[in-house]
Amino acid sequence: MGERLRGAEIFVTALADEGVEYVFGYPGGAVLHIYDEIFKQDKIKHILVRHEQGATHAADGYARASGKPGVVLVTSGPGATNAVTGIATAYMDSIPMVVFTGQVSTHLIGNDAFQEVDAIGITRPCVKHNFLVERVEELASTIKKAFYVAATGRPGPVVIDLPKDVTANVTEYVYPETVEMRSYRPTVKGHPGQIKRAAKLITSAKRPMIYTGGGVILDDASSQLTHFARLLGYPVTNTLMGLGAFPGTDPQFIGMLGMHGTYEANMAMHQCDVLIAIGARFDDRVTGDLAKFCPDAKIIHIDIDPSSISKNVPVDIPIVGSVSNVLDDLIASIESTPHRTLKQDQDPWWQQITEWRGRNCLHYDRSSPLIKPQSVIEGLYKVTGGDAYITSDVGQHQMWAAQFYPFDKPRRWINSGGLGTMGFGMPAAMGVQLAFPDAVVACVTGEASFVMCVQELSTCLQYGLPIKIINLNNRYMGMVRQWQEFFYDRRYSHSYMDSLPDFVKLAESFGHVGMRIEKPSEVETAFSEAFAIKDGLVLMDFITDQTENVYPMIAAGKGHHEMHLATDDRELA
Amino acid sequence: MSQRHTISILLENEAGALSRVAGLFSARAYNIESLAVAPTEDPSVSRMTLVTTGSPEIIEQITKQLNKLVDVIRLTDLNQRDHIERELLLVKLQVSNKERRIELELLAETYGARVVDNTDSSCTVELSGSRPRLDDFIQAVGTDQIMETVRSGVLGLFKGDRVLKV
Repeated sequence: MGERLRGAEIFVTALADEGVEYVFGYPGGAVLHIYDEIFKQDKIKHILVRHEQGATHAADGYARASGKPGVVLVTSGPGATNAVTGIATAYMDSIPMVVFTGQVSTHLIGNDAFQEVDAIGITRPCVKHNFLVERVEELASTIKKAFYVAATGRPGPVVIDLPKDVTANVTEYVYPETVEMRSYRPTVKGHPGQIKRAAKLITSAKRPMIYTGGGVILDDASSQLTHFARLLGYPVTNTLMGLGAFPGTDPQFIGMLGMHGTYEANMAMHQCDVLIAIGARFDDRVTGDLAKFCPDAKIIHIDIDPSSISKNVPVDIPIVGSVSNVLDDLIASIESTPHRTLKQDQDPWWQQITEWRGRNCLHYDRSSPLIKPQSVIEGLYKVTGGDAYITSDVGQHQMWAAQFYPFDKPRRWINSGGLGTMGFGMPAAMGVQLAFPDAVVACVTGEASFVMCVQELSTCLQYGLPIKIINLNNRYMGMVRQWQEFFYDRRYSHSYMDSLPDFVKLAESFGHVGMRIEKPSEVETAFSEAFAIKDGLVLMDFITDQTENVYPMIAAGKGHHEMHLATDDRELA
Repeated sequence: MSQRHTISILLENEAGALSRVAGLFSARAYNIESLAVAPTEDPSVSRMTLVTTGSPEIIEQITKQLNKLVDVIRLTDLNQRDHIERELLLVKLQVSNKERRIELELLAETYGARVVDNTDSSCTVELSGSRPRLDDFIQAVGTDQIMETVRSGVLGLFKGDRVLKV
């Protein structure tokens, strides 16, 4: 027989039994019983944010960096609606999270009670699953199910809506050891016949390409991917979400692909004869115009989610299963049969790729009197030895960070790829720093994104989080401005950030250190100074060239071979 | 090439399961032509029959996306094999005189329909069958006599021994 506990006690006990370390949250009427229990215990730590969106992004950052589900607790009504952006962000990038939303008592549901909102209905399209707990007897098993669903298969956020009376009622507490759901059984083992067919196609390729996404990172399959790629000597490209799954400084890595991918990666995609897609979902920012996508390639697609397969691009050999399992089997199959390894100095395909690489598509003007944003990312790489956790917001700075900071390890590059949520970066960095208190964590942001969740500077002070914030301040919503320059005849409609705050004073008013860097010659020293401060947050406000654009760029409706290169190299590829 | 497909779904009989299915269709801009759902002999399981249209690629995505819903236990596309589809029609008709009533009763008999309610001025007829058969019957009755109709949406299962089971 288990102990008899109140719902609120079950909440904290179950989270402790689940091994939860941190809960990111914000109190309110519907969750006060729970907050009272949190006060009385020390098994789980609660991080008080300043806005519920911050709680979801922080939990999300924690999950992306650690691999463990992030946990959020918010109140009913506005607490739940404020959390929605963060839930949708996690959903689009398949991040495991369990979000508890308070709810009015069961007898009030549907009465338009104070702070009542249909959280289940509102979150349904942006969660992997959600539960309304109607009886305290279901609470422990629902929590167990939620963590199981969030973290297995293709991961994702799960919402548990928790009416206030359920947290007050008493029942016997038993935390289930296992979960069995007849309606939820993800396929994790690849089909042996498909693996055999794939191995044959892979080893017979003349112009192969390995294209990998966030699925490799989510499944912790980087070592398998690295083994697989080195075994064959094939070129590797990563999506924005997949960076770090294969070492970014490895000669076999030819850069990110897609809208702002490298010339060599996109050209190789266009001309490859066998495409091996691993844990990637053929997103529109990756494929460009579908009619022009990989015209000569046979495509193998490994994914845990059957609905990802042939959704956007028809696939020749689909393999449903976890990336690590399938790669293990593929490696075994390839190793047991005669195969070759493409040598970079001998093989014609590699020679072609090396020629494309020679275009040096990421070059920029290094003699400019203004700070070039790319040089700031290079400075960040240098000062962190390439070994930091980097979060970002959304826009030009995000693309420059992805292009100019090669990630050698998985879970080091943390950004909102699918939903593209501005305001994600700093709260995500809080979660990362809590997961790894001794690691160097930097948030690359822009002045427009940063102010969207600026209130979390206060949380950073409260918990002593020594995040380094790299604000690429160009006084524009840079990516919007870039599109307006290219496609709207330079009509810069509402992309200008007038009346910006003084970011140095802003940092100081929150109790942090602020720095403004205005000249290229100051960049390196500023980085050394800022990163020497180990115990505090530093906001580095870099005043950058307003006119800089992200290149290469594939415009809407164009194929991989139709890139825009930098202005001084402006012919179409 | 857009085609009509009848998809049979077993799902957990839980609050919200229906809205998850309906929400999926609206969120991904799929069509629903009709939808019928009720608990099975096992009260923890509901069975839904859903009629939709789309290209083979869209139908494949629809079945995959439905399968992905955590509440969906199992599903099948009935169009893969020989199957039976039935719909229930209730129609309330104006009856102005005796001759008309006799005429209607004869028509009902021809179609295998039953008169389930009668008043001095109206008569309600029940008919089950395939969708075209129901359409024919309505045509034969003549729309000007119809006071109201209600149809169930399609129900379906495979012919022969093949079943959809948990």
